[in-house]
Amino acid sequence: MKELRDPKAVRRLLIEIAEKARRLPSAPRIMEVCGTHTMSLFRHGLTPRLAEAGVEMVSGPGCPVCITPDGLHEIAIELVSGVEGLTLATFGDMTRVPTRKGSLQTAVPAKNSRIRIVYSPEEALEEARRDPGRKVVFFGVGFETTIPGIAFTVKQAAQAGLRNFSILPAFWLVPPALRAILDSREVAVNGFIYPGHVSAVIGIRPYEFVARDYGIPGAVAGFEPGDILLGIRSVLDQALEGKPRVALEYARAIRPEGNPTAREIMREICEPFDAVWRGLGMIPASGLRLKGKYSRFSVEKKYGVIVRWAGRDLPGCRCGDVLRGVIRPEQCRLFGAKCTPESPLGPCMVSYEGACLVHFKYGRRKRTAP
Amino acid sequence: MCLAVPARITRIDESGQGTVDYLGTEVRTNFSLVPQAKLGDWVIIHAGFAISVMDAKEARETLRLFRELAESS
Repeated sequence: MKELRDPKAVRRLLIEIAEKARRLPSAPRIMEVCGTHTMSLFRHGLTPRLAEAGVEMVSGPGCPVCITPDGLHEIAIELVSGVEGLTLATFGDMTRVPTRKGSLQTAVPAKNSRIRIVYSPEEALEEARRDPGRKVVFFGVGFETTIPGIAFTVKQAAQAGLRNFSILPAFWLVPPALRAILDSREVAVNGFIYPGHVSAVIGIRPYEFVARDYGIPGAVAGFEPGDILLGIRSVLDQALEGKPRVALEYARAIRPEGNPTAREIMREICEPFDAVWRGLGMIPASGLRLKGKYSRFSVEKKYGVIVRWAGRDLPGCRCGDVLRGVIRPEQCRLFGAKCTPESPLGPCMVSYEGACLVHFKYGRRKRTAP
Repeated sequence: MCLAVPARITRIDESGQGTVDYLGTEVRTNFSLVPQAKLGDWVIIHAGFAISVMDAKEARETLRLFRELAESS
């Protein structure tokens, strides 16, 4: 799909966007909810070009590694360093998140325990199958994109009657977080670029309240430069027409109704609860946990651990403010000085879709430009 | 954590397991969440699971739109 990066098409869209932005009463601020959008915008140099076109982009909370509070990371560290014969499996970024108890990378595993980076939750399940004497914990983090696969894995574990497999869930739901951001009134945004692949699962309806209750336009967009610009153009069109809605500008990958099979497995295995997000605090019904007979696969049941949800974030780190869109990464005093990708002091500098890392990696081009 | 690029199904068995070709690399994938997927389809994969099947007609439509945009600039 190189056409979606064609410089001529990109230039054409930017011209149209500039022309539309000029006709609006005030300069539009648009939040890109998803961290992968943030990365794409920066990597392709679009954020400064959009600023020239009169559109300010604000990064949102769409980095699951980032919004997982330290208390959950600490549980993972405690388990691998406190329980013998245990494999703590998780996605790569999760191992580098710094907490008061260090990170999974600096943790000293208990006897015969280890940390394993996996790409799929099924790799952890396979290890549990292969080695019944080993305890396997999958520290599963993600939004609606990732949760169905992990839920499916838990179901497989239940069907196989595995007693040595459990998960530490960090499951986050995007729509309640958007409502929390809008209700806090901390950030004035005139539009949303909704996450591409979360929408593959939930479809477009769960965002409709944003247009209906808050009068804010939005579009679901893909990840190529052209995709994101189409989304922005649609948001501006809606603002100009005074008809906010949820536009689908990524129809090649996403059905308006989402993926009902994926949603069904989430509903079967999980139930919502009032989760605490880094930076955003407690948001009603914004997290999922294992329900009913599946709850025995949760580390809380299996190892009797108690998650300290709040008040554990490292002092000085303003990841939370970045996630709410209240400050830009550059406004944090630690950014680029004490906090760098080599020695991160917060998850937003760890995750490849974290706003601080993205700004650090790609933002400097803008600063050195004439 | 989103892989922004779609992958092509190169093997799929009855249990829903199989492989995709992702930018030239063969990757094991679980297709249980996309029961309609078949060999040769393009899918969005995420943490080992396919979550969406690409719509070829819509993809062609997007390409057409971008060719027009490029020509009109």
